[in-house]
Amino acid sequence: MKTYERIIQLVLFFCAVIAILGVLLISYFIIKEGAPIITKVGLMAFLTGKQWSPLQGIYGIYPMIIGSLLATVGALLLGVPVGIGCAVFLAELAKPRVAGIIRPGIELLAGIPSVVYGLYGLVVIVPFIRKTFQNQGFSVLAGSIILAIMILPTIINISESAIRSVPKDYKEASLSMGSSHWQAIFKVIVPAARSGIIAAVILGMGRAIGETMAVIMITGNSTLIPESILSPIRTLTGNIGIEMGYASGEHQKALFATGIVLFAFIMLLNTVANMIPKKVGE
Amino acid sequence: MVAGLTENNKNNRISSTSVNAIRRNEKIAFGMLWAAAIITVLVLIAIIGHVLINGIGHLSLEFFTQEPENMGKEGGIFSIIITTVYLALFSLLIAAPIGVSAAIFLTEYAKEGTIIRLIRFCTESLAGIPSIIFGLFGYVFFVVFLNFRYSIVSGGLTLTLMILPTIIRTAEEAIKMVPRSYREGSLALGATKWQTIYKVVLPTAMPGILTGIILGIGRVVGETAAVIYTAGSSLGLPNSIWRPGRTMAVHLYTLASEGLSKENMYATATVLIMTVLIINFAANKLIKRLVRI
Repeated sequence: MKTYERIIQLVLFFCAVIAILGVLLISYFIIKEGAPIITKVGLMAFLTGKQWSPLQGIYGIYPMIIGSLLATVGALLLGVPVGIGCAVFLAELAKPRVAGIIRPGIELLAGIPSVVYGLYGLVVIVPFIRKTFQNQGFSVLAGSIILAIMILPTIINISESAIRSVPKDYKEASLSMGSSHWQAIFKVIVPAARSGIIAAVILGMGRAIGETMAVIMITGNSTLIPESILSPIRTLTGNIGIEMGYASGEHQKALFATGIVLFAFIMLLNTVANMIPKKVGE
Repeated sequence: MVAGLTENNKNNRISSTSVNAIRRNEKIAFGMLWAAAIITVLVLIAIIGHVLINGIGHLSLEFFTQEPENMGKEGGIFSIIITTVYLALFSLLIAAPIGVSAAIFLTEYAKEGTIIRLIRFCTESLAGIPSIIFGLFGYVFFVVFLNFRYSIVSGGLTLTLMILPTIIRTAEEAIKMVPRSYREGSLALGATKWQTIYKVVLPTAMPGILTGIILGIGRVVGETAAVIYTAGSSLGLPNSIWRPGRTMAVHLYTLASEGLSKENMYATATVLIMTVLIINFAANKLIKRLVRI
C-alpha cells in the first residue's frame, strides 16, 4: 500500500513538472532556431536595422519594434482608463444585480477569439478610419482600438481584485474623516491598490504585445517606420505570423529571431508583473 | 453637518461652496465610472451583435453538413467543425489528466520550496506566452524535430501546453475550496491519502475542475496563431490524427484575410461566437454549482 501511494505521488509530481519542461523546451527551441541569425547580423544591427528585406538577406526589425510599441501604447492609453474605471465601478459602485450583468460580459469579452476581434476591426474599425481620415484605414489607430478592447478583461479583473483586497477600515477611516465616497476612492482606495493595478496594466501590455491574428488583419503590415498613428505598421507578432506561411531557410530563422525578441519582451513583463504583489498585504 | 465641518476645519478651508464642489466632483467622477462600465458592455454587444446580425441569416442545415467548396467560398464547414472537435478532444485528453494531476500535487502534496516556486513561475509564464510563440515552438519541435508533420497530433500537443495553465489554476482553486473536514473525515475512517483525494476531494471539486477544462476547450476553439503552423490549414477531413486539418478559427481567418466570401465568413464567425457563448454559459453554471457546497 505504501509503495502504491508513493508511485502515485511520483506520477503527480511529474505532471506538475511538465510546466517547467514546457517553458524550457520552448525557450531552448526558439533560441536555438533564431540565435544564429542574431549572431550573424549582430544583435544591435538586428534590433536597430531599419530595413527588412529577407530576399536580400537584410534583417532589421526596428520598424516592427516601433510598430509593436506604438500599437501597445495606444491600446494602453485607450484601454487603461476604461478598464480601471470599470474595475472601480464593479468594486465600489455596482449593485450586485448590475455587477451580475457586467461580470459575465467581461468573461465573454475574454473568451471571444482574436480572429473575431480582427474581423470586427477589418469590417468596422478600418473602414471607419478610412472614411474619417481619408486614408487607407489600416493603421496604428485601428490596431490600438482593437487591442484596447482585447486587454480590457485582463485589466478589469486584476484591478478589481486588487481594489477589493483593500481593507474596509481604510475606506471607513476616510469616510469618518468627512471625505466623500469619491474622495475615499480616489485618495485612499485606489492608491492603496496601486501595485495590483500596475500589475494589471503590465499584464495587459503583455497581452497587447503578444496578440497576433487580430493585429495582422487590421494594421496594414507595412515594414516602413510609421510617421503617425494613421500610418500602417507591422508588429513583431505580425512579422512572424505573416511570413511563417512561406518563409524557409535563413528567412525562417530570422522569424524565430524575431520570436526571441518578442519572447524576451514578454518574459520581462511577466516576471515584473509576477514580482509585484497583486493584493494588499500579499 | 456642513456647518460643523466649516467651523472645525477652517484650516482645511472647507466652506459650504467647496462642499458643493466636492459633491459636484463626485457626481462627475461617478458618471465617468458608469461610462467606463457602459462602454465595456456596449463594445461587447457591438461586436457580438455585428457578427450575429450579419451571420445568422446565412446559417442553414447545409452549412453544417456540407463540405467547403471552392476554397471555402461556397459550401459549408462540415470537415472544419469535425477538425475543431478532434483537436479539442485530443488536447483535452492529454491536458486534462496532466493538469488535474499537477493541481493535485500542488495543493495536496507539495511543500513550499524552490521546485514548487519554479513550477508556479513556469505555469504563470506559460499562461503569458503569446500564441504565436507557441506556434513557432510547435512548428519547430512537433512538426519538424519530432517529424509529426502538420497534423492533429502536432496541433493538439501544442495546444496542450497552452491550455495547461488554465486547467491547473482552476483545478487548484477548486481543490482548495473543498473543506478540510471532508479530508479529515475520510482519513479518520482509515482511508489513505490517495483514497481520500480520489474518492472525496476530486468528486467534490469536480464542477470547478470541469470549468477549467471547458475554458480550455474555449481556448482551443478560438486559437489561430498556434494552430495554423502546427495543425496546418488544409481543407478536407483528417482521417487520422496524423493528418492536417483546418479549424473554425483558422477558416475564419482565411476567409476574412483573403476576402473570399462575406456570407461564409459571417456564418463561420457566427458558429464560432455561438460556440464561445455556449462554453461560457456552461462554465458559469458549473462555477455556481461549486460555490454552493
